[in-house]
Amino acid sequence: MIDIQSVSKSFVTRDADPVHALNDVSLEIYDNEFFTLLGPSGCGKTTLLRLIAGFEAPSSGAIRIAGSDVAALPPQKRSVNTVFQSYALFPHMSVAENVAFGLEMQNAPKSLIDERVREALEMVRLEGFAARRPAQLSGGQQQRVAVARALAPKPSVLLLDEPLSALDLKLRKGMQSELKRLQRETGITFVLVTHDQEEALAMSDRIAVMRSGDVLQVGTPRDIYDNPQDRFVADFIGESNLLPGAALGRDPAKTIIVRPEHIVVSPVADGAKGHARGAVSAITFLGSDTLYEVVLEEGAKLHSRSRGGAALATGDRVVVDWARAVERELAN
Amino acid sequence: MSAPDLRISDLTIPAARRRQDREPWTFERIIVHALLIVFVILAIGPVLIVIINSLKTTPAIFGGPFDLPTAKTFSLEGYKRVFTRGNFIVNYRNSLVVTVTTIVLTVVLSTLAAFALVEYRVRVASLLAGLFVLGIMLPIRLGTIPLIQMMLAWKLMDTLAALILVYTAMSIPIAVTLMVTYFRTVPTDLKEAARMDGASELRTFWIVLPLVRPGLAAVAALTMLPVWNDLWFPLILAPSRQNQTVTLGVQQFVGQFMNDYPALLAALTLGAVPLVVLFTLFSRQFISGLSKGYSK
Ligand SMILES: Nc1ncnc2c1ncn2[C@@H]1O[C@H](COP(=O)(O)OP(=O)(O)OP(=O)(O)O)[C@@H](O)[C@H]1O
Ligand SMILES: [Mg+2]
Repeated sequence: MIDIQSVSKSFVTRDADPVHALNDVSLEIYDNEFFTLLGPSGCGKTTLLRLIAGFEAPSSGAIRIAGSDVAALPPQKRSVNTVFQSYALFPHMSVAENVAFGLEMQNAPKSLIDERVREALEMVRLEGFAARRPAQLSGGQQQRVAVARALAPKPSVLLLDEPLSALDLKLRKGMQSELKRLQRETGITFVLVTHDQEEALAMSDRIAVMRSGDVLQVGTPRDIYDNPQDRFVADFIGESNLLPGAALGRDPAKTIIVRPEHIVVSPVADGAKGHARGAVSAITFLGSDTLYEVVLEEGAKLHSRSRGGAALATGDRVVVDWARAVERELAN
Repeated sequence: MSAPDLRISDLTIPAARRRQDREPWTFERIIVHALLIVFVILAIGPVLIVIINSLKTTPAIFGGPFDLPTAKTFSLEGYKRVFTRGNFIVNYRNSLVVTVTTIVLTVVLSTLAAFALVEYRVRVASLLAGLFVLGIMLPIRLGTIPLIQMMLAWKLMDTLAALILVYTAMSIPIAVTLMVTYFRTVPTDLKEAARMDGASELRTFWIVLPLVRPGLAAVAALTMLPVWNDLWFPLILAPSRQNQTVTLGVQQFVGQFMNDYPALLAALTLGAVPLVVLFTLFSRQFISGLSKGYSK
């Protein structure tokens, strides 16, 4: 659907050196896919989205949408629509007028516009709100109007830049499944930007993890969680223990990556054998889970997360163990 | 849905207002209010004196300028003379035509110019913006002689059109500068959302316009005052009897040997009416408009 070929983007600033927002990024986004760009603040997610939308032009490289190069096409000529983080609803127009706007600009016949507006509002479950002004809606409702407005002209790609970041946690969870449902029902390719890894894991078909202008890894949520190919990815997606090989008596040139939930901590007295020994330095009760911080004899620190939890106290000497199959080894 | 809605509307009551009701009368607060009252008296006092004296006879005006009219001194003669002796209706109409046309022209032209200056980052934009600032600083009265020559050449001498053109030119620099700060506060997302859907530039401008409405009110009010009150240009560019504005028309009650004070004051009072009416209409938006425009 969208083919991004070695795209770079630098911003020329007046006084400082040019900012390299994207370095030679290549990506392929498939048809009918829920694709997520995930990365910390300032890594270039918004920039990449704006390049796809056509608000900016790449410094080098090419972007193809549905097979054809879009370099010469302005935003309104691309079958791409955007849901803005600020929603960008037109304040003096009613909800219905907002949703109708794109179709009106295409000079669609009145009957078609009415039908599409009704359809779009139905899709986001705001049927009764057509006559309201955006200011008379809650944040979550405004967000859904923004989605309806972007969907009404039936674009083949919908770009969403941190659409949920302004909502509170509960609403955000609800909207996550709503967006996922909309994507499945419409069959439109969604490209979502977020810096929230949980959101990315929950919603996406595939995720691209980015850092300072580079795409580090692309894959399904499970693939990225289970097989991080990079220390940064391992640390950014979920929680990870990054243990120096030396601390486990292994090759010092390697880093061993283990998820906290895979680590079993047991008292030394049990006579259990494991990868290393240490002492419990902190215990955090998390409700269903308990988090143990263990300082290994060789100095490294690790976290273990277990359900229920053995009766351990701070200062107890423990053995830490995990199945070899769950660990990943990366060169330093 | 209704429960959270209620809570949201609760929150929209400004915190300041809720707090104020309970605030005690501390020493500081009394001082602040006393100062404010002094300023209000200073500002309103002269206006009140004009209005009060316009309702009195000439001897009563000089006998006790600060006295309220009594049954003996009360007189509407001034107002009568304004309408009988003077040319007041025509003056009034001229002032309105000139002021309203100037406001409309200024608002339309400066808003379009400001939108362009903010939206199109071409190299000359900053140069043009600089020229407008220069226009604020240079008093237009310095150019009176060239303006007369221009109006003569265009055969517009002694017409209302001459006044309108000069006033519009005079008002545009500050109006553009003010509107630029307003358009800067409009989020880019909104304009991109419109353009992305294929809106033309003019359509995008229309969508943005409601967001700068306080700015429009500020520009309108700011333009109105100096134009309505001006004496200089009416005297020079439109002095003939049928083109006189209120400020100039009032002068007929100022004689070389004797002034008709009741009529003069009555004319001044009547002349201020449109200003007061428009300001009350705009005041809310005008104040929020000014503070926003200048502080950003
Ligand atoms: N118009 C611009 N001019 C100059 N630099 C820019 C511009 N837009 C973005 N940048 C820079 O490019 C880099 C990437 O910005 P971008 O907005 O894409 O980050 P992001 O991943 O979306 O971050 P966030 O999660 O905070 O939104 C940043 O260093 C930013 O400062
Ligand atoms: Mg961003």
